[in-house]
Amino acid sequence: MTVVDPPEQSAGSRASRRSERVAGWRVGILASPAAPVYGALIGIFVIAWIVVTIHGGTFLTVPNVVNMLQRSVALGIVSAGQTVVILLGSLDLSVAQLISLASLLAATTMDGQDANVVPAIAAVLALGVGVGLANGVIITKLRVNAFIATLGTALFISGIIQNRWDGPAGAVPKSFEDLGYTRFGVIPLSFFLLAVIVVVVWFILRNTRFGYRIYAVGGSEDVSKLSGLRTHRTIIAAHVVCSLTAVITGLFLASRLGAGTPTVGTDGGYDLESIAAVVLGGTALAGGRGGVLGTLGGVFILAVLDNTFNQLELNAFLKDVVRGVILIAAIAVYALR
Amino acid sequence: MTWRRLAGPFALLACCATVAACGTTDDSSSGDKATGGEATPAATEAKKSNTGEQSEFFVQADYDKQLAQRSVTPEGDASKPWTQMIEPEMVSTEKFKSKKSSGWNVCFSNAASDNPWRQNGLITMKAEAENTKEIAKFTVVDAEAKDDKQISDIEAMTSGGKCDIIIIAPNTTATLTPAVEKACESKIPVIVFDRGVTTDCPVTFIHPIGGYAFGADAAEFLKEKVKPEGKILALRILPGVDVLETRWSGAKGIFDEAGLNVVGVEFTDGDPAKTKSIVSDYIQREGSLDGVWMDAGATAVAAIEAFEDAGQDVPPITGEDQNDFLTKWKDEGLTAVAPTYSNFQWRTAVIAAVKVLKGEEVPKEWVLPQPKITEETLDQYVKPNMPPLYYALCGCEDLPGFPEKWGGK
Amino acid sequence: MSTENATTPGFGDETGDRGRRLLSSLMGTGTIFVLLLILWVWITILNPSFAEPGPFLAYLKRSAPLVILAAGAYFVLVSGNFDLSVGSLVTVIVVVAARLIDGDPSNTWPVIVLLLVIGVVVGLVNGFISTVLRVPSFITTLGMLLILNGAVFLWTGGAPRGALADNFRSIGRQGINGIPWIEQLPWSVLLLFAIGAASALLMRSDFGRQLIATGDNERAARLSGVRVNRVRILAFVLSGTLAAVAGILLAGFGGVSAQVGQGLEFDAITACVLGGVVLGGGRGSVVAAMAGALTLEALFTWLNLQGISGALEDTVQGVIIIAAVSFASYRLRGAR
Repeated sequence: MTVVDPPEQSAGSRASRRSERVAGWRVGILASPAAPVYGALIGIFVIAWIVVTIHGGTFLTVPNVVNMLQRSVALGIVSAGQTVVILLGSLDLSVAQLISLASLLAATTMDGQDANVVPAIAAVLALGVGVGLANGVIITKLRVNAFIATLGTALFISGIIQNRWDGPAGAVPKSFEDLGYTRFGVIPLSFFLLAVIVVVVWFILRNTRFGYRIYAVGGSEDVSKLSGLRTHRTIIAAHVVCSLTAVITGLFLASRLGAGTPTVGTDGGYDLESIAAVVLGGTALAGGRGGVLGTLGGVFILAVLDNTFNQLELNAFLKDVVRGVILIAAIAVYALR
Repeated sequence: MTWRRLAGPFALLACCATVAACGTTDDSSSGDKATGGEATPAATEAKKSNTGEQSEFFVQADYDKQLAQRSVTPEGDASKPWTQMIEPEMVSTEKFKSKKSSGWNVCFSNAASDNPWRQNGLITMKAEAENTKEIAKFTVVDAEAKDDKQISDIEAMTSGGKCDIIIIAPNTTATLTPAVEKACESKIPVIVFDRGVTTDCPVTFIHPIGGYAFGADAAEFLKEKVKPEGKILALRILPGVDVLETRWSGAKGIFDEAGLNVVGVEFTDGDPAKTKSIVSDYIQREGSLDGVWMDAGATAVAAIEAFEDAGQDVPPITGEDQNDFLTKWKDEGLTAVAPTYSNFQWRTAVIAAVKVLKGEEVPKEWVLPQPKITEETLDQYVKPNMPPLYYALCGCEDLPGFPEKWGGK
Repeated sequence: MSTENATTPGFGDETGDRGRRLLSSLMGTGTIFVLLLILWVWITILNPSFAEPGPFLAYLKRSAPLVILAAGAYFVLVSGNFDLSVGSLVTVIVVVAARLIDGDPSNTWPVIVLLLVIGVVVGLVNGFISTVLRVPSFITTLGMLLILNGAVFLWTGGAPRGALADNFRSIGRQGINGIPWIEQLPWSVLLLFAIGAASALLMRSDFGRQLIATGDNERAARLSGVRVNRVRILAFVLSGTLAAVAGILLAGFGGVSAQVGQGLEFDAITACVLGGVVLGGGRGSVVAAMAGALTLEALFTWLNLQGISGALEDTVQGVIIIAAVSFASYRLRGAR
C-alpha cells in the first residue's frame, strides 16, 4: 500500500478518506500481500497432511492442530511487533534478549506469589516501553543505523542478564502458569492472547493515523518528512510497540517454563525468526508494504513445518535446511512480483 | 539542530563513563549470584578461597549421601554396570504393565544432542532399543536444547496417543518440572534420566551417584596433588543444570576446607575454543596455574593445549572418560584423574522402560555406579581404536554394531 | 586513490595536494587507529608483558581470524550488502575439516583445498541469489545461515565427529621457528599481513573502485558501465573464501567445536563499523576495517585485564558500537 496524499486534518475530508479507504480495501484484501502467504500456508498444510499420513502419523487431529497453535504463540506475538518496525523500514534485533530479560524480571518479581502478578506485569511493560524508547531514540537522535542500534541494545541487555543471573530464576505462581497451559475446550488460552495482540496491531496499522504514518515513513522517509510528518515520533513509537510485544512474549514464556531463564529468548532464535516470519508473510524488508496478517501466516507456516518434522522424526537439522531454503525461495518469488 | 552537534561527543562520553563505571563496580561487587562469583582482578589481594556463595541447589544431606555411596557395593552383575543399582528402594509397576506383550512404542524426549557425551549415549540407546525384541518402535524427538520446545514436544507425546511409555531427558531442571508433572497425569508411564526435575511423579529416575561425588572426586585429587595456596582454575560448562551445579558444590566444599586458592570460576559453554581462550587469559593474568578443575571432559584437551601453547607444563588436571582426554593423559604422562558420569545410563533407560512395561519392579530412584578412572585403572579404559569423542563408560561393547556404530574401527 | 569517509569542509578535493588528502583520510578513518593505539598503550600499562614480542604475537594470533573475517565482511558491506552467513560457514569449515581429515595427516592438503572451494561456492550462491534473483542480501544470507547450520549437523549427526590432524592444526597454532628475537612467527600472523596487503591493493584496483561505486550509488554505477551484479557476486565470493581461511585458522587454534562460528558475523560487522565502514555501502577502507577488528580484540583483552571477563563484556561492547556509529554518523552529517 503506497501512500500518496499527505494527511489533511479537516473532518469532512477525513470522513471521505475513510469511506474511500474502506471501499478500496475490499479490492485491496485480495491483492494484499497476505493473500499469497495464506495460499502457501494451505498448500504446505495439505502437503504436510499427506506426507505425515503416509508415514503413519496423525496430522489433522485436534491434539495435533492444538499443538501447532501452541507452538505459534510465542513467535507470533513478537513477530507482530517486528512487523510494525519492518514496515517502517527499520528492524529490531534486540527482541530475543529482551524476551529473556522480561521472563527473568517477571518471574523474580512474582516470586511465586499471586499478589505480585500485577506488579510484575506492570514492571515488565515498563521495561518494554523503556527499551523501545531507547532503541527509537538511538536510531533517530543519535542517527545510528537500526541494525547497529538494536544489535548494540541486544548486547547491552545480554551483558546485564549474564552478569545478574546464572540460570533459571524466580518462580511463577500456579495461577499465572495456567496462562501457558490452560485450554478453553481445545483452544489454548494463550492462543487467544495471540489473537488479541494480532487484532490490536492490525487495527493500529489499518485504522489509525499512526498506522498510516508508519506506511508513509516506510514508503519513503524523506518524502514523509517533506510532507510534514513527524517521522521521529513515528519511529520511536513503532519501536516501543515492538518492544512491548517482545516483553509480552517474555511473560508468556515465563508462564510456560514456570520461571524466567537467561536463554529462553535466544533459544527460540526470536530475533532472526521473527524477521523471517515477517518477511515470509510478504512484508518487504525495505518497508512500506505488507501487514501483520501476512506475518501470522508466516508464523503458521513455520509451526506446521516444526510439527511435521517432529512427526516424521526427521532430523531437526534437516528442518533448518528446509526452513532456510523456503525463506529464500519465498522472497525470490515475492521479488518477482 | 543542537541535538546532532552534541550527539557524537555525548555518545563518546557515555561510552567512556560506562566503561569506567564497569571497571569500578566489578572490582568491588561480588555479585549476588547464587553460584560461584566472578574472578577477582589481579589488582586486589588474592583471597584464600573466593569460590563465592554456595549454590542454591546445594543440599547437605544429599552431599553426604553421595560421598558415602561411592564406597557402597552396587547390587547386580559387576560385568554389566548398567544394570547395577545402589541401595535401591523398589516400587511395583503392576499398574503400568502393558496389555500387549510386545510391539511396544517407546517415545523419548531428548534435551539435545549437541555434545559428544549425549551423541554417544543416544547411539547406545538406539542400539539397545533395536536389540530388544519387544520394542517395535523407538521414537526420538530432539528439543535442540530449548526448554520451550521440549515442553511442546512432551505435550505432543502425551496427547498423541501413540506412546506406550515416555522417557524424558529434561533440558533444565526447574523449567521442565511442570511439563513432566503434566505428563505423569496422563496415565502413560514416565521415566526420567540424566538431568532431574523437582518432582518425584515419574515411575523411576535413573542417574549415576551424582554430581557431588563427581565434583568431590576431582577436588580431592587436586587437594592431594596441589600445594596449599596453589592457584586453581575452575571451569564449568553452564549454570542452572542440577547435575552440573552439584559437581561444583561438591568440589567447592573441598576447596574451601583445603585452603586452596581458586583464582577463577568460569563458564565455558562446553566449547573448546572458548575454554582455550579462558585458560590462556588466566595464564596471562596469573602468570601460571597450579591446577585445573573441570566439571566435564569434553573441553579438557583444549585446556591442556592452552598450557602447551603458552609453553608451560600442564599442572594436575581433572577430566572425564572422553577418549581424547584419556589418550592424551596416557601419551603425555599427565597428572590427572577422570571422574565419570556413566554414559551407560542411556542404556539403562531403555532397560527400565522394558521392565516397567513388563510389570517388573524397578527402583524408585535407580542409582548407577560411577567409577572414577585413575592412573592405576587408566589402561583398562583407553581405547586406541575408538574415536577421540568416544566415552569409555559407554557400556556398549556387547551390543551389535560395535565398534562401527560408535565410530570405531 | 582510495576513497575514505566523506571529505570534511575545508580539506582538499581530488585535485588537492597530497598532504592534505593524507590528512583528510587520517581524519576520516584515522580515529580507529588512534583508538587502537590508545588501547594498546593502556593494556601495556596494565600488563607490561603485552609489549613483549611473545605475548603481542599471541594477541595477533588470536585476532587473526576476526581480522580476516572483517576484511571479507568489508567487501560485502561496502558494496551495499550484508553477509550474515559467515559465522555458520566457519562452523561448517571446522566440522567438515574434522570429519574428512579424521586424524590422518595425509588428508590435510586436499581437504584444505576443498574447504576453500566450499567458501567460494557458498559465496557464489549468496551472490547469485542476492543479485540475479533479487532477494535482499539480509534474507539470502540469513537463509544460508540456517541452511549451513542445518546441513553440517545433519551430516555429522548433531555434534562434530572425527579429528583434525596435527599438521592441519599447526596452521592455526604454530609458525616459522627460529627467528631471532621473536622466536616464532605464527602462520596466522603471516596470513593476516598477507591478506591485509592484498586487500588494500585490491581496493586500489579497478575492482575496488567499482565496488565502492556500486555501494555508493548503484544506478549511477550501472549507468557508468560497472557490471554491478558481477562486482557484488565477487564481493560475496571474497567474503566466503576469507571466512574459509578464518575457519581453518580457528580450527587449528581451538580444535573442533560446534559453537566456534556462533555470532562471528555480528563481530565482523561490528569490526567494520568500528573502522568507519558505513552500513549501506560506499564508504570505508579495508585497512580501517581490519584495524577495527584488532581494536575489538584489544578491547576484549583490556576488559579481561580489568577483570570484567564474560558477563559485562557484552554490555560494554554494545555501548561502544552504538557510540562508534553515532560518532561516525555525526561526522558525516555534521559535514553537510
